[in-house]
Amino acid sequence: MFNNFPLWPERASTIAGNVDALFIFLLIVAGMMTLLIFVCVIFFAARFRHRAGVPAEQIDGSTPLELTWSVIPMGVFMVIFVWGAVVYFKERTPPRDATEVYIVAKQWMWKLEHAEGQREINELHVPVGRDVKLIMTSQDVIHSFYIPAFRIKQDVLPGRYTVEWFRATKPGTYHLFCAEYCGTQHSGMVGSIVVMEPAQYEAWMSGGQTGPLSATGEKIFSELGCATCHRSDTQGRGPNLQGVFGKPVLLEDGRTVFADENYIRESILDPGAKIVNGYKPVMSTFQGLVSEEQLNALVAYVKSLSTAKPGEPSTNAGASAAPPQAKGSQVN
Amino acid sequence: MATPNGPQGERENYLNKEYGPASWLLTTDHKRIALLYLLSITFFFFIGGFFALLIRLELLTPASDLVQADTYNKLFTMHGMVMVFFFLIPSIPAVLGNFLVPMMIGARDLAFPRINLLSWYLYIIGGVMMLHCMLTGGVDTGWTFYTPFSTAFTNTKIVEAGLAVFVAGFSSILTGLNFVVTIHRMRAPGMTWSRLPLFIWAHYATSIIQLLGTPVIAITIVLVAAERTLHLGIFDPKLGGDPLLFQHLFWFYSHPAVYIMILPSMGIVSEIIACFSRKRIFGYSFVALSSIAIAVFGFLVWAHHMFVAGISIYAALVFSMLSYSVAVPSAVKVFNWTATMYKGSIHYDAPMLYAFGFLGLFTIGGLTGLFLAALGIDVHVTDTYFVVAHFHYIMVGGAVMGYLGGMHFWWPKISGRLYPEGWAKLAALIVFIGFNLTFFPQFVLGYLGMPRRYADYSHMPEFQILNVFSTAGATVLGVGYLLPMIYFLWSMRYGKPAPDNPWNAAGLEWKTPSPPPTFNFDEEPVVTWEAYNYEELGDIPPNAEAAGVR
Amino acid sequence: MSDSQSAAIQGEAHGGSHNPALLHHFAEPQQQRDASSLGMWWFLATEVMFFGGLFCAYLIYRLKFFGDFGAASKTLDVSLGATNTAVLICSSLTVVLAVWAAQTGRRMMLVGNLALTLVLGLAFLGIKSVEYREKFEKHHVPGTSFQFQEKIPGHPDQYADPRHAQIFFALYFVMTGLHALHMIIGVGIFVWLLTMAWKGRFTPEYNTPVEMGGLYWHFVDVIWIYLFPLLYLIDRHP
Repeated sequence: MFNNFPLWPERASTIAGNVDALFIFLLIVAGMMTLLIFVCVIFFAARFRHRAGVPAEQIDGSTPLELTWSVIPMGVFMVIFVWGAVVYFKERTPPRDATEVYIVAKQWMWKLEHAEGQREINELHVPVGRDVKLIMTSQDVIHSFYIPAFRIKQDVLPGRYTVEWFRATKPGTYHLFCAEYCGTQHSGMVGSIVVMEPAQYEAWMSGGQTGPLSATGEKIFSELGCATCHRSDTQGRGPNLQGVFGKPVLLEDGRTVFADENYIRESILDPGAKIVNGYKPVMSTFQGLVSEEQLNALVAYVKSLSTAKPGEPSTNAGASAAPPQAKGSQVN
Repeated sequence: MATPNGPQGERENYLNKEYGPASWLLTTDHKRIALLYLLSITFFFFIGGFFALLIRLELLTPASDLVQADTYNKLFTMHGMVMVFFFLIPSIPAVLGNFLVPMMIGARDLAFPRINLLSWYLYIIGGVMMLHCMLTGGVDTGWTFYTPFSTAFTNTKIVEAGLAVFVAGFSSILTGLNFVVTIHRMRAPGMTWSRLPLFIWAHYATSIIQLLGTPVIAITIVLVAAERTLHLGIFDPKLGGDPLLFQHLFWFYSHPAVYIMILPSMGIVSEIIACFSRKRIFGYSFVALSSIAIAVFGFLVWAHHMFVAGISIYAALVFSMLSYSVAVPSAVKVFNWTATMYKGSIHYDAPMLYAFGFLGLFTIGGLTGLFLAALGIDVHVTDTYFVVAHFHYIMVGGAVMGYLGGMHFWWPKISGRLYPEGWAKLAALIVFIGFNLTFFPQFVLGYLGMPRRYADYSHMPEFQILNVFSTAGATVLGVGYLLPMIYFLWSMRYGKPAPDNPWNAAGLEWKTPSPPPTFNFDEEPVVTWEAYNYEELGDIPPNAEAAGVR
Repeated sequence: MSDSQSAAIQGEAHGGSHNPALLHHFAEPQQQRDASSLGMWWFLATEVMFFGGLFCAYLIYRLKFFGDFGAASKTLDVSLGATNTAVLICSSLTVVLAVWAAQTGRRMMLVGNLALTLVLGLAFLGIKSVEYREKFEKHHVPGTSFQFQEKIPGHPDQYADPRHAQIFFALYFVMTGLHALHMIIGVGIFVWLLTMAWKGRFTPEYNTPVEMGGLYWHFVDVIWIYLFPLLYLIDRHP
């Protein structure tokens, strides 16, 4: 029991240092404040211990003092708030070209699929120094993907995608925990993040049998007949999906929405929710006809259609000229 | 103050005025109702405590070897539900609040005595429903019963537990209603708002929260129950429902609820520190207004429980900033209490020791709240033992310490007996030590990454030693809680009879005999002095020693 | 000292006997009235918060599923809803008249208006049950037999998503159901008030229960005033 007695978690991601720095600052602030109060209380209790014949001195208060000890703490709190917000912004803004891994959580396991195609259960292999973005959804209840060594955590919800990202800095194996209570085997829903040197990672990757996720998606796209309406010319009954992902889309009710992973997913499961300008609401829903993994593959495929090759148009025929696209592909 | 003596030459008071179960079960005397509550919440405290003991025993070893995972999940759920809804939320208001609010303002009873009794019956009905639910299988959703797990993925008795909480919630609402109306309309002549004891200000603020917050969890429970029984789909993602809507509705109440749990305790601490420093509380108006500020701001911060739940970054920013503003009034109170001790005349009686404990533990608990409100840190520590440690520091280190301090302070008034001071000091020390040993290691465990609600941590055996410390502390804490149970009971028979005002404390309640007569005051008091008039009262008189108080 | 002795002392302190309705812990009737009134207003505030959660959920889903909610709302019977609104507004009038009658000692007028209020309240519940029955027949009750095939208003080529329509109806039934439950409780209160009024218990000096019952009834009416447009009138373009 005494052999392994850590008091501080390992730091293995780029953000871990930022989180720890803020934490240490808070430890110092809290420590100083605790010390101050403890010292005052103990000192006053001893120094002003009741002595026969020495009455207490009635002091009503002091407004300047009250203001001081309201304003100064508020100032310190705002510093902490801003610092925390800055770290949080970094944590929640995945870099543009991150490698993507799709994750489907279910009671009580993690199913992972790299964009390159490798499938894993309860384990995630990543190369050190590479930005990795996790696009996650749940098949059943709310879970949470937590890697203490990276200091990141994000709830995984049914019915939509949530995203988190990291860049690992140290090879090793790190705990993966489910951090949102999800039933009987909640404490069994654990795994490992295996961070490898790039060369080792390439070797591991080439051991995989399946092709990239987007290729799987392309197959499903044609098997389910999507290509019938979503043609790559302007003759289809549905919008051409070339270049749609990552750009604004004008809807027929005048709204403009951003085509992120959740938008693609919703368009498949609930096509009537947002009708693209100039098209009729004739697409039927695929709810119940596609699994979460198939959805992930389809989303990956649609995303691959936006990697514009030189000379090819990168705008959708149905979408009008729109304001400059928002940064990153944030899925909230 | 001539009152006729009872049969044994004992003065007539609210305890001996009538005997028999009907006189208790049909009473409308706020003091008797307070004692009815005392018995019932103590009962539920031990039930919740028993579950805690089992949890800590299980966590001694990494494997899930004492109980199965399903049982463990029920244990932490029931521990939470019982402790929150059937112990902490009622505790101080229903026991000390009921007993003291009318007396402190010079009234003969609360505004609605029959509604007060109804409150207690609703609490009992809710309690019986909860007991039945636990005995026939219990619930395994965590006390937070998040959807869609609670609506569509568990077979345990959600609806029954939910209805039990719903009924108990009404008890809470009616108590709050009674207090607000009483404080507004039944103050004795001369008892202006600025002369009210801070205990009253605290209960007033608490009652506002009870009134405005509790209905929201009530409707949330109704929706969850409806969804489970009628398959409605409001929270079901497959129908387009949003599980996050549940979380917003749930936390809209459950965050203010934590202020229901701490504000009354803060009121007690004000009374105790004033009395045992023999001075008016420093910054009276600031302390009074900070109670109101906490109540108001407390309604604006609920989504700080949801920073990683899937809300937008911008929402998270707003809630984080607001959460820091609610910390300021709490800090102001701690500073004012500390400043009260400056140039006071400090006595170390047991209530004051509990107040010291409160100051230390609430400070630590409150400061760790700053960690959690920092977005960047919260991502790492939310849903881990860091949060568990934080809220136990406030709820147990804060609220329960205050409650015990208050029980000791007013015990002579309530029972007419003195508790044994030596044992009380020992119990305070044991509770303080046991508490820190139980919960401080959990801060470390949380930052290390141990998630909450884990029956089994055999994948992370490196967490064991801190868990062992925590369990050891829990045993000590348990002893510390048993002691007052024992000696309070002992004192009812063998304790020295208490004088009217053993502490020479300020406050109208101390101007009545111990125990008080049924209608509190023979004549309606007329108040011409400020609160905490310790200058006139002077010190705790030396003949208090002769009375055996200390 | 005993109850009656201290009560007698209190009475003497006020120069004579006091109204038997004055409870012993109050110093004088005005204080008792004020306390009852404040208590009832605060209770109504809790009811606002209770319904508030439902209104919140409704507003969120209405914005999220704009067209589907419009389609579902259109299937509600506006004329029945409007009639019910008129019924409740009239019942609030009879309540006001009843309170005035109590305050001015007009016993028959009080009894009459209380009775009328009851009739109107029961009429409301009757019309509501007709509506519920119709919903049941059309399979608009959420659950396994739910069916919904209506077009989105203003989009003749698009059907509403039945899943989202089901959420509308779930909220519809919970909101109107909870309101109806409050009406039933109100009916119970007014039966009690009617009985007491018939026995002549209310006088110009003591009529607080009528006033408090009236406040409750007005509140339930106001909730309906919000429910009606939000549920029935959100998309009534031809």
